[in-house]
Amino acid sequence: MGIKGHLNDTVHVTNLEWFVNWARKSSMWPLGFGLACCALEMIAAFVSRYDLARFGMEVARPSPRHADLMIVSGTASKKMLPAVLRIYEQMAEPRWVIAMGACACTGGIYKNYAVVQGIDRHLPVDVYVPGCPPRPEALLDGILQLHAKVMKEQSLHNPRVMEIKVAAR
Amino acid sequence: MKQEEIKDKLLSKFGSDMILASVDFRGQISVTVLREKILEICRYLKEDPDLAFNFLSFVAGVDWYPKTPRFEVVYQIQSLKHNHRFRVKAMLEESGDNLASIDSVVPLWPTANWHERETAEMFGITFNNHPDPRKLLLPDGWTVHPLRKDFSLYGTKEDTPDLPA
Amino acid sequence: MSQAMGQPANYRSEILELNLGPHHPSTHGVFRAVVELDGEMVVNVVSHLGYLHRGYEKTCENKHYHQVIPLAERCDYMGASSNSLVYCMAVEKLLDVEVPERAQVVRVMMAELSRIFSHLFWMGTHGHDVGAMTPLFYMLREREEIMNLFELTAGGRLMPNYLRIGGLIRDLEEGFVDKLRSFTEHFDRRVDEYETLLTKNPIYVDRTQGIGILPLEDAIAMGATGPLVRGSGLAWDIRKQEPYCGYEQYDFDVPVENGCDVYSRYLVRIAEMRQSNRILRQTLDRLPGGPIRAEKPGVIFPPQEDIYTKMESLIHHFMLVIEGLKPPVGEIYQCIESPRGELGCYIVSDGGPRPYRLKWRAPAFVNLESLANMSRGYFFADLIAILSSVDIVLAEVDR
Repeated sequence: MGIKGHLNDTVHVTNLEWFVNWARKSSMWPLGFGLACCALEMIAAFVSRYDLARFGMEVARPSPRHADLMIVSGTASKKMLPAVLRIYEQMAEPRWVIAMGACACTGGIYKNYAVVQGIDRHLPVDVYVPGCPPRPEALLDGILQLHAKVMKEQSLHNPRVMEIKVAAR
Repeated sequence: MKQEEIKDKLLSKFGSDMILASVDFRGQISVTVLREKILEICRYLKEDPDLAFNFLSFVAGVDWYPKTPRFEVVYQIQSLKHNHRFRVKAMLEESGDNLASIDSVVPLWPTANWHERETAEMFGITFNNHPDPRKLLLPDGWTVHPLRKDFSLYGTKEDTPDLPA
Repeated sequence: MSQAMGQPANYRSEILELNLGPHHPSTHGVFRAVVELDGEMVVNVVSHLGYLHRGYEKTCENKHYHQVIPLAERCDYMGASSNSLVYCMAVEKLLDVEVPERAQVVRVMMAELSRIFSHLFWMGTHGHDVGAMTPLFYMLREREEIMNLFELTAGGRLMPNYLRIGGLIRDLEEGFVDKLRSFTEHFDRRVDEYETLLTKNPIYVDRTQGIGILPLEDAIAMGATGPLVRGSGLAWDIRKQEPYCGYEQYDFDVPVENGCDVYSRYLVRIAEMRQSNRILRQTLDRLPGGPIRAEKPGVIFPPQEDIYTKMESLIHHFMLVIEGLKPPVGEIYQCIESPRGELGCYIVSDGGPRPYRLKWRAPAFVNLESLANMSRGYFFADLIAILSSVDIVLAEVDR
C-alpha cells in the first residue's frame, strides 16, 4: 500500500530531470526580501491561515547564500538597487525571482525620479505577481505557477545560468 | 496664548522691519521674518517664558519658482508647556552662483538636524553652521535637487540613473 | 576606550565600523546604520537613510487632491488609515468643510483599529528581535482578524483606502458592527495573553530594562513624540491636547511610564492597545445614523445614489473627477496622534487642483534621529532592541 505499491518491490523508474525538478520545487527556500508594504503580505503568507509551509517554503532565510527564491516584495528605489543586485549575485544557482507587487513589477504608483520602474530591468524575473499589495492567495498562486515552471525546466540539458550586468564596483 | 497674541508680542519686540508679513488662514497664523534674523527671533520664541516654544515639529522648504524671492523655509514650532503652535517662515533667494543660504537652527532645536539636511538636498539650500551637511535621502552621486519646480518628476537618465555610473 | 592595565607602550586599539546593511532581518526594512564599536560596546551609530525614498512629496504635487489618498496610505503601511485621516482632515480644513457625525465615529474606529494593528506588529517583531518568537505568531492571528474587518469596509486588507475628503467612501457593511463587537470582547483577554509571555518574563526584562535611556529633555529636544516621549514621563497625546475628530467625547487614559527605557515603551504600547479597545467599545455604542459624507457641491463627491438619478450630481461628480477640487489659496498644518507619534501634514495650496507643496511630518523619521543618543554605551545586541523600540516604518522615514 502507499508508496510500496508504486515501487514494484525492486526498481523505481523515473526521468532524472523530472526527479531533479521535483526535488527543487518541493523545498525551495525563499529569501524574504521585504522592501516595503508587500513584505507584510509576504509575512502573512507564512501564517497558518495561508500556510506557505505546506509547499516546503517555511524556511525563510535572511541570508542569500542559503536561499533559492528571491521574492522582491516592495519598491526598489534607485539607492537600493545596487544592494538588490549584490544580493542576487550572492545566491547560489539554481535561483529564481518573483516580482511581488506592482512596484516590483513595473514601478507601481511611483512613476518618478526615485524608483526603478520594474526590477525586471535589472534582474531576470520568473513570475510577476501584481497587486498593491497582492493578497497572500495571489502570492501563493504565483508560487504555484513558479513550481509549474520549474517542473517544465530542462534542468540537465539546459541549466539556467543567468548573468546579470552590474555596474563597475 | 492665542495666535494673535503671539504675533503681537513678536511685532512689539522686533518691529515690522524684522517681522515682514503675517497671514491668518483658518485660525493658523504664519509669520514671515527677515532671513538674517531667523536665529535671533527663534531664540526669543524659545526662551521667552510666555511663549516657550521648546518643540520643533518640522523644517520644510517651498519653491515659488518663478517668483522672487524663490525659496521659503517654514518652521513649525510648538510649546509643550502652554500647548500652542506657531509657524515662522523666511524667504531666501539664490545669489549668483551661490546657493540660497540661511542660518541653521540646530543650536536651538537639535531635531532640526535631519530636517535641514533633507531640505538642503531637496531644494539646494545651504544651512550655515549645520553640524553635518551630508545628503540624507538621495544617493550620494546625485547632484540634482528634486523638489525644485523646474526639475521634472521623472528625472533624467543622466541626472537620476538607475545604477551609479 | 577600553580600560586595560599593564599594556605595552605600543598598544593600539581601533574602533570597528560595522555595517548593519540595508538588507537585514532586524532592521525592519531597508535601513542602514554604520555602527562604530569598541569591542562590543557601541560608540556611535551613523544612520544612512533613503533606501526606500520613493519621491512621495514630489509625486503628490502632480496629483489631484483625491488622488493623493492612496499614496498617503502607503506612507505608513502599518497603520494605513491614520495617514489618510490626517490628509483628509488637512484638506477638509483647507476647504472649511464639516464632516458629519457618523463619518467621524467611523473614522475613529478605523484610526483605533490601525493603532492596534500597528502596535501588534510592533510587539511581534520587537519580541522576535530580543529572542521571543512566540508573540510573533500570536499577533499574526489577531492581525488576520483585523484585516478581515478592514476588508469588510472597502476591500483592501492592508490599505483599505476607505476615507475620502469630506467623509467616507461608503457606509459600513452589514456584518461589520457585529464583527467589531466580538473582536473588542475577546481582545482584552488576548492582550493579557501577550502580557503573560513578556511583561514579567525575566529574560525579556533583563534585555530591555535600563536599555536605551532617553531622558525627557533629550526626547523633546530631538523632537520625539508618541510612545518615546510617553515612556520618558510626559503625558503628551494629541488626542487629548488638541482633540480632533470627536476624541474629546471618548473616555480613555494616556499611559505614561517613567523608566525612559525600552521596557517602559513596551508597557506604554501594551497599555495603549487596551485603551484603544476601550475607545472602540465606546464608538460602537455611540454610532449614530446619518450621512457619511459632507455636502458641498463642487468640492465633495455627491452620494452614489444621486449620481444615478440627478443631473447636477452627475455633472459635479464628472467635473470633480476630471478637473479635481480647487481649495482656496492658503496653507494648513494638521497633525494627529498616529501609532508612532505626531503625524503631520502641511499643505500649501495655490488655488489649483493639485497641492502646491505637501510636506509629510513623519514621526518615525524624527524618532529615528534619537537612535544615536539612545544607544551610546550599550552592547551591540542592545542596539537591536533599541532600534526596534523606536518602531520605525521605513516608508515613512524615507517617504
